[in-house]
Amino acid sequence: MINVIIEVSKYLLILMVMIYTYLNFSYFRHQDFRKQDRICAYQNILMFLLHFAAFVVLYLKAEDDRIVLLYLAQAVFLIAYLVLYRLFYRNRSGILINNQCMLLSIGFIILTRLSFEKSLRQFLIVTVAAVVTLLIPFIMDHVWQISGIPWVYGVGGLILLAVVWMIGNNSFGAQLSISVGGVSFQPSEFVKITFVFFVAAMFYQSVNFKNVAVTTAVAAAHVLILVLSKDLGSALIFFVTYLTMLFVATSNWFYLVSGLLAGCGASMLAYRLFEHVRTRVLAWQNPWADIDNRGYQITQSLFAIGTGGWFGMGLYCGMPYKIPVVGKDFVFAAISEELGGIFALCVLLICLGCFLQFMLVAGKMQAMFYKLIAFGMGMVYILQVFLTVGGVIKFIPSTGVTLPFVSYGGSSIFSMFIVFGVLQGLYILKKDDEEDYEERYTKSEG
Amino acid sequence: MKKDIPNPKANRSMLVVAYLIVGIFICMIGYFGYFLQVRSDSVINNSYNARLDSFANRVVRGEILGSGGEVLAQTQVHEDGSEQRIYPYGSLFAHVVGYSDHGKTGLEAQANFYLLSSHINLAEKTMNELSDIKNIGDHVVTTLDVGMQQVASDALGDRKGVVLALEPDTGKILAMVSKPGYDPNTLADDWDALISGDNTEAQLLNRASQGLYPPGSTFKYITMLEYIREHPDDWRDFSYDCDGHYENGDYTISCYHGNAHGHQTLGQAFANSCNGAFASLGLTLNLDGLKTLTDQMLFNTELPVSFAYSRSSFAMGSDADTWEILQTSIGQGSTQVTPLHNAMMTAAIANGGVLMKPYLIDHVENVLGEEVKKFLPASAGSLITAEEAGILSDGMRMVVTEGTGSAVRTDAYSVAGKTGSAEFEKNRETHAWFTGFAPAEDPGLVVTVIVEEGGSGGKVAAPIARAVFDYYFTR
Repeated sequence: MINVIIEVSKYLLILMVMIYTYLNFSYFRHQDFRKQDRICAYQNILMFLLHFAAFVVLYLKAEDDRIVLLYLAQAVFLIAYLVLYRLFYRNRSGILINNQCMLLSIGFIILTRLSFEKSLRQFLIVTVAAVVTLLIPFIMDHVWQISGIPWVYGVGGLILLAVVWMIGNNSFGAQLSISVGGVSFQPSEFVKITFVFFVAAMFYQSVNFKNVAVTTAVAAAHVLILVLSKDLGSALIFFVTYLTMLFVATSNWFYLVSGLLAGCGASMLAYRLFEHVRTRVLAWQNPWADIDNRGYQITQSLFAIGTGGWFGMGLYCGMPYKIPVVGKDFVFAAISEELGGIFALCVLLICLGCFLQFMLVAGKMQAMFYKLIAFGMGMVYILQVFLTVGGVIKFIPSTGVTLPFVSYGGSSIFSMFIVFGVLQGLYILKKDDEEDYEERYTKSEG
Repeated sequence: MKKDIPNPKANRSMLVVAYLIVGIFICMIGYFGYFLQVRSDSVINNSYNARLDSFANRVVRGEILGSGGEVLAQTQVHEDGSEQRIYPYGSLFAHVVGYSDHGKTGLEAQANFYLLSSHINLAEKTMNELSDIKNIGDHVVTTLDVGMQQVASDALGDRKGVVLALEPDTGKILAMVSKPGYDPNTLADDWDALISGDNTEAQLLNRASQGLYPPGSTFKYITMLEYIREHPDDWRDFSYDCDGHYENGDYTISCYHGNAHGHQTLGQAFANSCNGAFASLGLTLNLDGLKTLTDQMLFNTELPVSFAYSRSSFAMGSDADTWEILQTSIGQGSTQVTPLHNAMMTAAIANGGVLMKPYLIDHVENVLGEEVKKFLPASAGSLITAEEAGILSDGMRMVVTEGTGSAVRTDAYSVAGKTGSAEFEKNRETHAWFTGFAPAEDPGLVVTVIVEEGGSGGKVAAPIARAVFDYYFTR
């Protein structure tokens, strides 16, 4: 009987995530608010059903009563988060908050399957992050002097990165984190945000040559420190984010093309200079040649994805723990193995949907500062998705980046909550403005 | 603070970037789909993939079949649900089929993924999964000819050695016998004795692909080819007068049993396997050229096969001393070769220089006999030119018509080959080699034989090859 439930639920989970993903894109086709609201409501139902069905399987397989409690706590959290956001901010972006919750619950499912303890920790971090970042749109609406202090972001970010580079803890050959009072955190996750603010504030002031040159120098310093800390994924994210922000601010193709060429040149140089860069590239080109060492992680990931196939092995029926750091950088492989390739593709499409929503918000912003922030945050987000998924499926060399909202890791979760919080803040500002305008307009008409 | 006018084209630039990102994601999704649909089967069939073992919980291991549908390995499910792997032919296919209970070897390892995958129709599969019934795994149909395997095994008898037969124009392996063998049906009971340190017989080793032997005189086709390459116009003018012993300073190289061959051309020296002629000729060779040729012939490198094998080695460099050159030229010295590799070189000679990848799995079918996957002959490229292959073929034909290969001389069909009697230890009988193909003018079958401590290749190994050729031409 348990067997039947597990088999049926496997296909049910895929079906639900497929419908959810479809709704995610059909949302963009509708301009009517009431229709959009209805779509969001359907998505909520699907998310709770999916979360429930998956936890039924998890409970039946693991036979651990704590899972029931964790499920209840998570369900209460998700309901509370959705309701509170709606109460506080009438004009929030429903699709964005839905996707955030959907990705979170997928993360809850796969992490609970991998390790109950980690899942519990992750849930606690999520709860704290959610409560704290709930205030972001409010703060943005009331305390709005953040465009005037670019150097606080720029220099502050650089100092943080430099500190990590010099005294950071070494993990998998890279200096990524520092410990403060027993809590270790990864500053680069937060510097991504200050970096976007810095660039936006600088370009908001002016895009004359001098300002561009100064900003480029500071951006290059960020990237250089990250390369030296061997955090190649973040270095790439900073670089591409900066280049595209510059392009959007100036629409100058010369900047974009010469920047890309310079990037290629720098990559080549890094490949020659740094052993750790070569290692990553070699492990990507032919992982089978060194399957015991450098190629181990990526080949195990490919085994997981390939063995899972389109429909997956089912929860607890695969061996995701064979992949080193599966809960963080390689969580996408675990999803693909046990929940199926179709499910994993849907996760990818949901992430892409978030990015498109970011771009829509950026497009609607009048002020260049807001526009650049929304765009820059979108780039930071989608590049992270691209690097982690691309690395896991061997589309590109693996760079050790987490999948936002799904991967285990406090700093990653916290910074992504901030990114989405800022976006909500911008969306709400815009919506409130529009409403004010409409009200005034209708009043004067009447 | 004074602000510039914001860029009016910002939204268009943003659209460009967004399209770019979406484009990259579409490529990535396409790659992911391609991997899942096309690449994944060959990727996950890897001994490093521990996940395959868990397939056995859902699938009854499929059968391994001979080319005529004979069952070489099957799984019996008992009343209580326990499973037993049965090998109806006992020790006959022990090495090539392998075993699956104490680790996995042979085809049981190579085809593990196919045997544990089930391609019955989806409805039935789903029903089985729902009711917790195991699906029947796919069957692997091999290229092995059961009759030929039997003939080869009988001809070798209870001597230690290898008989290997393959088609040079396709690479299909028809017979692969390695002795001494073991009975895979009683492996569990015999295991401790087989792996005991006191056991020096190495029954578990597949000598055909993993046994390393000195090539002896079968190496002479390589020495001869190098000489021909260095003397493209006048190699036919080579001559040597053999009195049974070749002396160079303190060193003496003797022909087999000290036979004096008299006046020899290159072809005659090859046919009679005259050690003196080849030793003296070897001293004139460009050692770098010889090294290059052996590299082209796949010494010291990977072989294009997908089952377990040992790498052959050719170690002589340009700094070799006279004794090493004399020894290496006649296939002694430190050179080591597997029977499989020797058969592959012979097959390339038979096939105009082009090596076809040897393979054992013809196709995979589901339990109803519907084909799931077909393996087609594939070229591994040219080892030597067609012209060189032709010259070597003629030389090997002469071995049979005029020289040491008289045991395979018959009017029924024409064989070309090379014998060898390889010394491996002082005061022990030589290993007996024969490697050759038939019909000489349009080769259809390559047979390579080695009998450990068998003595003369012509007298001991060639008759075994004869039995296999006889079977091939009368079946």
